[in-house]
Amino acid sequence: MSFGTCPPPQDQGLKSIQMSHGGGGSMMQRLLQHQVFPAFHSNHMNAHDSAIIPSSGQRLAFTTDSFVVSPRFFPGGNIGTLAAYGTINDLAMSGAEAKHMSCSIIIEEGFGISELKQILDSLGEAAKKEGVHIVTGDTKVVESGKGDGLYINTSGIGFLTHNQVIEPSSIQDGDAIIASGDVGRHGATIMATRHGFEMGDELQSDCASLKSPVKDLLSHNIKVHCMRDFTRGGLATTLCELAEQSGLGMRILEDQVPVCPPVRGICEVLGIDPLYMANEGRFGVILPESEVTGALNILKKYEVSKEAKVIGYVSKALSALSSENSFGATRLLPFLRGEQLPRIC
Amino acid sequence: MKYIEEFRSKNAIESLSKDIEAASKTPIKIMEICGGQTNSIVKFGLHQLLPSQIELIHGPGCPVCVTPMESIDLAIELSKNPKNIICTFSDMLRVPSSKGSLAEAKAAGSSIKSLYSPMEALEVAEAHPSHEVILFAVGFETTAPLHAATIKEAHRRQLKNFSALTALVQVPPAINAIMSDPETQVDAMLAAGHVCTIMGEQPYHPLCEAYKIPIVITGFEPVDILQGILCAVRQFEQGTFHLENQYRRVVGPKGNQVAQALLEEVFISSSQSWRGIGDIPSSGFQMREAYQFYDATSRFGELSPNSFEDEHRCQAGSILKGLMKPQDCPQFGNSCNPDYPLGAPMVSHEGACAAYYNHGSLNP
Repeated sequence: MSFGTCPPPQDQGLKSIQMSHGGGGSMMQRLLQHQVFPAFHSNHMNAHDSAIIPSSGQRLAFTTDSFVVSPRFFPGGNIGTLAAYGTINDLAMSGAEAKHMSCSIIIEEGFGISELKQILDSLGEAAKKEGVHIVTGDTKVVESGKGDGLYINTSGIGFLTHNQVIEPSSIQDGDAIIASGDVGRHGATIMATRHGFEMGDELQSDCASLKSPVKDLLSHNIKVHCMRDFTRGGLATTLCELAEQSGLGMRILEDQVPVCPPVRGICEVLGIDPLYMANEGRFGVILPESEVTGALNILKKYEVSKEAKVIGYVSKALSALSSENSFGATRLLPFLRGEQLPRIC
Repeated sequence: MKYIEEFRSKNAIESLSKDIEAASKTPIKIMEICGGQTNSIVKFGLHQLLPSQIELIHGPGCPVCVTPMESIDLAIELSKNPKNIICTFSDMLRVPSSKGSLAEAKAAGSSIKSLYSPMEALEVAEAHPSHEVILFAVGFETTAPLHAATIKEAHRRQLKNFSALTALVQVPPAINAIMSDPETQVDAMLAAGHVCTIMGEQPYHPLCEAYKIPIVITGFEPVDILQGILCAVRQFEQGTFHLENQYRRVVGPKGNQVAQALLEEVFISSSQSWRGIGDIPSSGFQMREAYQFYDATSRFGELSPNSFEDEHRCQAGSILKGLMKPQDCPQFGNSCNPDYPLGAPMVSHEGACAAYYNHGSLNP
């Protein structure tokens, strides 16, 4: 009696994810070797339990973010680009330059491998373009019906190459508030995609990396008190948080806040205030009035922040966040209540 | 944006507020009927532009706010049957009732879908032939024709698993109820532009006559509302009380006759309970005999009048009748806020309390 040799595993031609892709065995190895590592251009990713990162005594910033956006593909990006830029931008907002990133994926059984590859390629390309190495990660598969396609978590490490303390407690009375561009594109794009509005080329998500303009601001010694990206809850909720955390009031001049016509249109139709619409490539810079000209000159050099402008100011005479409209009436802008739009990132 | 920017123009707004200032001599209380107008007033801070003798009183024109608790209770009860799918506008989900809210029922496993158009409920019914699809129909004369068209279309398609739980309401009977309440102090009214788009000018002439007040059919943009106020103030100062139509770019004298015919075909006026106000005769819509099959209450269970009193803490009645301003309620912003609403006016973005909470001005 002779034992035949085991046939080689036949998963090369599989078109969808199976439970065993998350089992830690040979199918998972092949998924990693064929789909994940190549997408992440990773000679930095060794098949070990953790990545070792050299540090030369600089201050480190560390952040994490999870991505559950639905739909996974939208004009201007997909869940992969979002997962790369989201973490890179969170680091940038602390004044850190992203260098290393982890990527964990939770995939639902039955998920198309070609779609997975497309998403991981986007993530890998975005990270590579921004000089970020994906150094570690994890893959899990859940049963069909127990996930919704694909969830991604990325964590990032960045270095601070300056001595500024960029955080809400640094905000000062009299500071200016700069917005890096028009607001509401990501939220409006997701809404339009979900509702099947045909917007043509007019409307795309603003999903983009903010690393370069921030790095340039800091390397030119622009004095920055705080930065934050206008993600979920939009410009208004972001500034509400900063007003609360700094203990100072803020005032937005509504007619100074740029909103492009398609976003304005969608907001009118759906009854949503563009100040509360999510963004994925816009941020606010809070800095002394004397630094405004220098900062705007730098920001305007970059496509992602070419429309940067001053939209408001910080004042200890005010409380919380408020806005003033073109005819001088004022209103309070509270935190976004409830869920305006679930699963936007 | 065309038809938006012009009506938010700084110059037009400033010139209208000067005209109002010049025209207004006597203290006047103006009620804007519609929650959409309340929202615009507070969002754009229009009340800050008015002289102190003009007081704006916020009327009952938020369909979500006036939906009676017993209807929500029934919707929640029906949603608990796994064979049922409840379809409604998402604003209705968070409105509290004696059995919690539809949002809570949804979290506990009930099948509840949010719609943008009532017609979507028919697609849901066709996609789920072994379920009963119940459309929880709320709204004023503006949305009632959409519900009528949906019921008529269900009839045409011979859908057997579709029905509607209606809490639709009509504005003129509510104006009658408010104006005949001895507590009410209203000198003029801004009628809701969108409701009049459907029903036209006619229903409002008798109200001007009966209560000797000017009524101005008014739109929703800042220029519309200020023009409406100016018309009301001028009439009040001159002692006249007729109907004016500020919103002529949208509202014709006869309204939308196709929509009116649909309403007439599917519904008959009936007494309707308004949350915080009570029963108002002829202020609701009931399905006619021919469409009785689609009436959820006749198929699945009657409304049981509700003795649960949320009004012991929520002052919805006083707010909706314009007897109290939202910020004067002791619960406002304390135990009642849009995350944890005690009553309906804090839920919908057209609710007076939510409008004040969300856009609260710095100079009330």
